[in-house]
Amino acid sequence: MMESRDRPRFDGKLGRRKRLGQAMTSIFFLSTLIGVLALSALLYNIINQTAGLRAVEYKNDPAALAVDGLPVEDLSREQMVTVLQAHLTRGAYNKLENEKPFAERSRDDIYGLIVERLLKPKVVENWSLVDSLTKRGEIEAFVAAEAPQAKLEFVSWLTPEFVSRPQSSEPLRAGVRTAILGSLLTISITILVAFPIGVGAAIYLEEYARDTGLNRLIRTNINNLAGVPSIIYGILGLAIFVRALEPVMSGALFGLVQDPTTANGRTILAAGLSLALLVLPLVIINAQEALRAVPDSLRQAGLGLGGTKWQTIWSHVLPTAMPGVLTGTILAVSRAFGETAPLVVIGASTYISKDPSGLFSKFTALPIQIYQWTSRPQSEFWNLAAASIVVLLVLLLALNAAAVLLRNRYGRRAEQL
Amino acid sequence: MEQAQSRPLPAGKSPSGPPARVADRLRRSPRVGEGAIQAFLFLSAALSIVITLGIVVVLVRESRLFFTNPEVSVLEFLTGTKWQPHISQFGLLPLLSSTLVTSTIAMIVALPLGIGVAIYLSEYASRRARSILKPTLEVLAGIPTVVFGYFALTFMTPLLRSVFGRDTVEIYNMASAGIVIGILILPLISSMCEDALSAVPRSLREAGLAMGSTRLETAVQIVVPAAFSGIMAAFIVGISRAIGETMVVALAAGAGPNFTLNPFRGAETMTGHIVRISSGDLSYDSIDYNSIFAIALALFFMTLTLNIISQAIVRRYREKYE
Repeated sequence: MMESRDRPRFDGKLGRRKRLGQAMTSIFFLSTLIGVLALSALLYNIINQTAGLRAVEYKNDPAALAVDGLPVEDLSREQMVTVLQAHLTRGAYNKLENEKPFAERSRDDIYGLIVERLLKPKVVENWSLVDSLTKRGEIEAFVAAEAPQAKLEFVSWLTPEFVSRPQSSEPLRAGVRTAILGSLLTISITILVAFPIGVGAAIYLEEYARDTGLNRLIRTNINNLAGVPSIIYGILGLAIFVRALEPVMSGALFGLVQDPTTANGRTILAAGLSLALLVLPLVIINAQEALRAVPDSLRQAGLGLGGTKWQTIWSHVLPTAMPGVLTGTILAVSRAFGETAPLVVIGASTYISKDPSGLFSKFTALPIQIYQWTSRPQSEFWNLAAASIVVLLVLLLALNAAAVLLRNRYGRRAEQL
Repeated sequence: MEQAQSRPLPAGKSPSGPPARVADRLRRSPRVGEGAIQAFLFLSAALSIVITLGIVVVLVRESRLFFTNPEVSVLEFLTGTKWQPHISQFGLLPLLSSTLVTSTIAMIVALPLGIGVAIYLSEYASRRARSILKPTLEVLAGIPTVVFGYFALTFMTPLLRSVFGRDTVEIYNMASAGIVIGILILPLISSMCEDALSAVPRSLREAGLAMGSTRLETAVQIVVPAAFSGIMAAFIVGISRAIGETMVVALAAGAGPNFTLNPFRGAETMTGHIVRISSGDLSYDSIDYNSIFAIALALFFMTLTLNIISQAIVRRYREKYE
């Protein structure tokens, strides 16, 4: 009797509890899905901007400049000079010749002159990749109605030339070579400084440090440093490397640079060192974790055979921990690779078209380039930013792939030991 | 080398002879290299202290120059509602308020989502689902912040403007920046929360299930409260990251201090202001130059406090379960 009265009440509640459970399960799943969707939206948005249709008005029709049926961009250097000579006034041609003789100009340079002086393209409207693929008819109708003399062309912003061209103020001719080289040089300095110091600090803390007040302070301090916003490191770099150590950073101290005032201490070296300070705590923390994972028996074996502490660490502990140390370092370095704020504060150059020539030259970096192009109002610069984001992400991917490869190689060697 | 040379010596022939000599030699030849190496290792570790001191000294010294400037007063810096250097108005509040607005929006987005993700991954997801979803979220964590800035400006802002109307939402607005910062710190929060949840002993879950509670009830009423301090730590670290986040706000939140709490309006944050001021040609010892150090000092103080609190919470929580 009692049972039959209790059971319906119990069952009724159970149904509700189960339904609530199911509802919440889907909510939890949904929040995970939102994270994945955000990532997809981000990538979609970037890819969508890297290519697309474009309506351009030319002052001179490119077809009219073609020689023997070859489009103007495929002409040889000499033919391009002839085209320029034929279409420019004598005075204008001679002026260009006086600035820099045509014989000394590269083919790319001459083509730039043709675009700048003869074609004078003006972008009427820009469409994103997805729009260009799905709404081609509408776009053609729009162009025919709004700008009949404009040419509709499909442009990919992400081309091999985009990667290999230097920076330019003309969107169609801009490239990221300068920025890539700047990024790679900067990051090499960061690795050269942060890796030995970071691993050294980790070895000290894991293998040598006793539990004294000083060592505890160092440990807490490293954790705190890892949480300091990156822009603060930029300000530190500005005050210490760029300003206080200016003679060192500009190369004036070593007499290596003819005119040290050009970069004012805002050099690749200063940027690399600032980023090294930024990633140092991360390198230390990751290396500590890798060292902690090495079994103690290995250390005891080394010491038991009569090795000194350092011999044991160098020949046993470090090789075993190396895969972890390298992976951790590369993860930290890839963070530095995408870091923008500190570089802006240190004083990355807004516009350089010359490749960096060494440690003491002015610098720009790929993230800086993305930042500058994104903050421009014209939409072509957004396309350029999207294309350089793809380059940046590919480079980061390569860096991480290198981490995996290194880990596999060293991992196998460590197993053989 | 020395050991190898001394090994063939017949041991025990004369009790106080060769063995003692070997030991003696080993003792007498201190490995100079070893000492130098150890010194290098210690200096590497101590460098972190130097960096911290460097940050504090640089920030305090330059800020002192800023506050001793006759145009500036500490009181005005802390309570003034206008930041307009060209008319000598240096009130931090407009920059601070927009930093707080963007961070709050970011936390509103990231905290519930982060906890949801963490509960799903640690309590519900099959091993296969986990092995796909977790790396995907880690990819999100590896994307540079400037890319998120681009995303905010070219995707989130147009989206918000089409939803809420072009008249209400300005081109540069704090809402867009805040939401994107939320997405940016989501992986951080979810992984910290997940660590906290998976540190809760299995026996607690088993006990809950054995008592007849559903999976949800076990998760929400037993596991989450047990991991509460870890979740709290994730929350605080998340705020600290959101406050220090720079590129998203520099690109999407607007360029100009604006004392407003309306998320659809543009207002420059502390970090955004530092970036804008320093990307121009900044001459040393100008008031602008000194002012970024004062702002950075405030920023450093805020994030440091938050980080210390979260570490204290994590420490206490570790003691509880290990």
